[in-house]
Amino acid sequence: MTEPVDPATTETMEPVPPPVSVVSTLIHVIFSRPATIVAVAIIVAFIFLAVFAPWIAPYDPVQQSILATNLSPTADHLVGTDQFGRDVLSRLIYGSRNSLIFGLVSPVLAAFFGTILGVTAGYFGGIPDRLISRVIDLLLAFPELLLAILIAAALGGGFWNIVAVLTVAFIPGFARVARATTLAVKQEPYVEAAVAVGLRTPMIIFRHVIPNIAAPIVVLITLWVASAIRLEASLSFLGMGTQAPNPSWGNIIRDGLNNLFGSPWPIVGAGLLITLIVLSFNLVGDALRDALDPDTSK
Amino acid sequence: MIRYLLIRLLDAVPTVLLVLTLVFIAMRILPGDPAISALGDMATAEQLQVFRDKMGLNDPLWQQYFSFLGKMLTLDFGKSLMNGREVVDLIAFNLPYTIELTLAAVFMGIFVGVPFGVWAATNPNRTPDAAMRGFSLIGYAVPDFYLGALLLITFSLNLGWFPINGGGEGLIDRLYHVFLPALTLAFIKAAFLGRLTRTALLEVLGKDYVRTARAKGAREPRVVYRHGLRNALLPITTGLGLSTLAALSGSVAVEMVFNRPGIGKLLISAIAERDYAVIQAGVTVFAMFVVAINLLMDLVYVLVDPRIRVK
Amino acid sequence: MSALLSLRSVSVNFGRGEKALRVVDGVSFDIDVGGTLGLVGESGSGKSVTSLAVLRLIPERLGWSTRGRIEFEGQNLLDLPADKMPEIRGRDIAMIFQEPMSSLNPVMTIGSQISEALFLHGWPNRAKRHARVVEMLRLVGIPDPEGRLGAYPHQFSGGMRQRVMIAMALACSPKLLIADEATTALDVTIQAQVLELMKKIRSDTGTAILMISHDLGVIADICDRVVVMYSGRVVEVADIRSLLQRPAHPYTRGLLESVPRKGQERERLYQVPGSVPMAGSVRQGCPFRARCSVAVDKCAVKMPPMFRFAEDQRAACWVSAEQSNAPVIEDLK
Repeated sequence: MTEPVDPATTETMEPVPPPVSVVSTLIHVIFSRPATIVAVAIIVAFIFLAVFAPWIAPYDPVQQSILATNLSPTADHLVGTDQFGRDVLSRLIYGSRNSLIFGLVSPVLAAFFGTILGVTAGYFGGIPDRLISRVIDLLLAFPELLLAILIAAALGGGFWNIVAVLTVAFIPGFARVARATTLAVKQEPYVEAAVAVGLRTPMIIFRHVIPNIAAPIVVLITLWVASAIRLEASLSFLGMGTQAPNPSWGNIIRDGLNNLFGSPWPIVGAGLLITLIVLSFNLVGDALRDALDPDTSK
Repeated sequence: MIRYLLIRLLDAVPTVLLVLTLVFIAMRILPGDPAISALGDMATAEQLQVFRDKMGLNDPLWQQYFSFLGKMLTLDFGKSLMNGREVVDLIAFNLPYTIELTLAAVFMGIFVGVPFGVWAATNPNRTPDAAMRGFSLIGYAVPDFYLGALLLITFSLNLGWFPINGGGEGLIDRLYHVFLPALTLAFIKAAFLGRLTRTALLEVLGKDYVRTARAKGAREPRVVYRHGLRNALLPITTGLGLSTLAALSGSVAVEMVFNRPGIGKLLISAIAERDYAVIQAGVTVFAMFVVAINLLMDLVYVLVDPRIRVK
Repeated sequence: MSALLSLRSVSVNFGRGEKALRVVDGVSFDIDVGGTLGLVGESGSGKSVTSLAVLRLIPERLGWSTRGRIEFEGQNLLDLPADKMPEIRGRDIAMIFQEPMSSLNPVMTIGSQISEALFLHGWPNRAKRHARVVEMLRLVGIPDPEGRLGAYPHQFSGGMRQRVMIAMALACSPKLLIADEATTALDVTIQAQVLELMKKIRSDTGTAILMISHDLGVIADICDRVVVMYSGRVVEVADIRSLLQRPAHPYTRGLLESVPRKGQERERLYQVPGSVPMAGSVRQGCPFRARCSVAVDKCAVKMPPMFRFAEDQRAACWVSAEQSNAPVIEDLK
């Protein structure tokens, strides 16, 4: 006969996974690769640019000037002007704000909802699992862009609608990872032990399951910041994201395509920035994955 | 094998129903009145009422649902609100362009990506491998519409080698028109497939049966292609499915860049013009495409893996 | 009798320069035409690497390098240009591996895998290849060989797969068969059947066999002579009778203790205490001294040379050599 054990008294006996110094591995991984250092520098510059856009941009990004349309790069307009005479550099700098906001907000939101769904499915199993898994599998079969277009087709534009579209497009990926990790963690001896000593379910989920799935989720967020930036750009390019005249890297390219004979510089500049930022986030994401989640890295 | 195929086919039925249901939910239940979104904020109450009656939006939801299912399954997409043409005709006109773009992109992607990946895998940690890594990093980062725009500016606008827009007439002209758009998508597919081939082949080349092949006197080309690549085809097939889907979704933006006809362009213009019937049909067609490609990949899998085929 | 294969001071290094790991260190032994030699040692002793080095299947590109002489019918294989090796592999020297589950190509039928070995070594005629494949499958005891040609490896049991491997290896009538832990992964009964098969093949075809195993019992069952390896070095070479009756090296004695014998009930099977140091990690003295019950001070200072204990028995142990007054062998040929 064993007496019911008060969870509080089992504190010291409770098997706990060995602590890993995440920060130190992270710093090591980032600074052992020159490419990753450059990528981090680019990301820092990008965030700086977005936050201080009004102080950095030389002109008002929506200020039109019929006297100065389609200028090639000069000392006054480093990336030239577009068909409305707007300063492209200023538009690019302000455009970084949209990329940053959508790039950060939707993966974090998707991680939140995806984790809830995935943990529910993985931890409780049964009918919720079957239902959630089936929908996740189905949505995963769709490329994110297609899913985003399909949802945007129904919802229409607007800030929160774009956030919703991007978030929904990313939820299945997070849910799948959260579910798989939860299933794996559930089998671990320390979780079985925690169940055996009578720890209550919410306690187990928050003390044991969540900390263990945190690493892969954080890695996914980083990797999907890149995807979100790309996706926002694609949607804006297709006219379903950020609406004119507000600048976004995607709709700068959209405007540029309507003005092909005028000036190629907006397209070249905006595309280069998207590529550079996405590349940097991908590099940092890879580094993070290697540092935090050696199991899934190849 | 037959059994497996049947199971796969049957398995697609609930998937199709689920997809249609999600489309229905997206179009009818999500916030936003389809009548207002179709006719615009300026429409009068009377106009809205007429529209709702015409589209059956006043019927009970379950009735709408079943009538929607029936119409979608019988390809009864209704008429376009903008130009009054049968939506099914619009789809039939645009679909071949999207299919030919997607197929051309996938084939080009395979013919560049797979050999590149083999080259990298047979020279690990050397120049070809580094080149592959660089290529794949750029391929993962560059947006398709940007790459397309660059190709368009360079080869159509400045050099004049390729047409600026349209889909072309007749086989040769159509191939001519599809080349740059397909190249755009193929570049990204090649980066993905190349990286995948490299990883898969490198893993396979470390397997015991590859050592067995060498031990019985097979020379390197035979070891790499006959034994290595043949086995690496399994993961590559999965990647092929994913990249076909990616090419399909990429076709939307690329059709816009090159101003060529296609389902993507049709859908995007319909969204811009709030052409409700076309949006619904376009979304359904894309969704069915995705289901079909996934099903096709399952079937290809059977051909590549005898462990599924022979049981 | 002349040697079919003779290794002289063969060393295999992993990596280059100061950090190089010497995984196999100065290994020398001979296999006679039609002879059977056992190569025994715990995992990590370098026996598998040695056997792969014979066929030059060691991935040189990944930083492995082989030195010394590996002479096959008088020809030093290490001197051959790399593109000549495929002619020897499979035709003159064939090899079967430990893992019957993973050593066969899962997407090729077993018929075409055996047929490929023939195709690669001068059997252009399809019908003749087919006949030979059937003959080989029959020889290794696969029931209904004609019908099983088109089957895939996953349709066979482990023992049957190993028979297929043997059929494939023997298809071109090699002069030497290297069997690397060929029976280890199999059940005891299947293992006995496969060993019987190898004995039969040896007497029928006169193929020489290099049998690699960690199990001295398996080796004793089939081999005339035995090479004992420890931590990348040869510690004892002897004919099987001498080795079983008067093992010279303390490690060999330990291995013999650990072989289960019929009619001998033991509470627990003896195990040599400790574990093998990673090959190449011991740079001074005898690598076995840490686990040796008779080690003396000298063992820590200097690696013992080979001493001759009998006509066909040599071993590298300071203590045993002193006890039996064995002379140092100055040079092998």
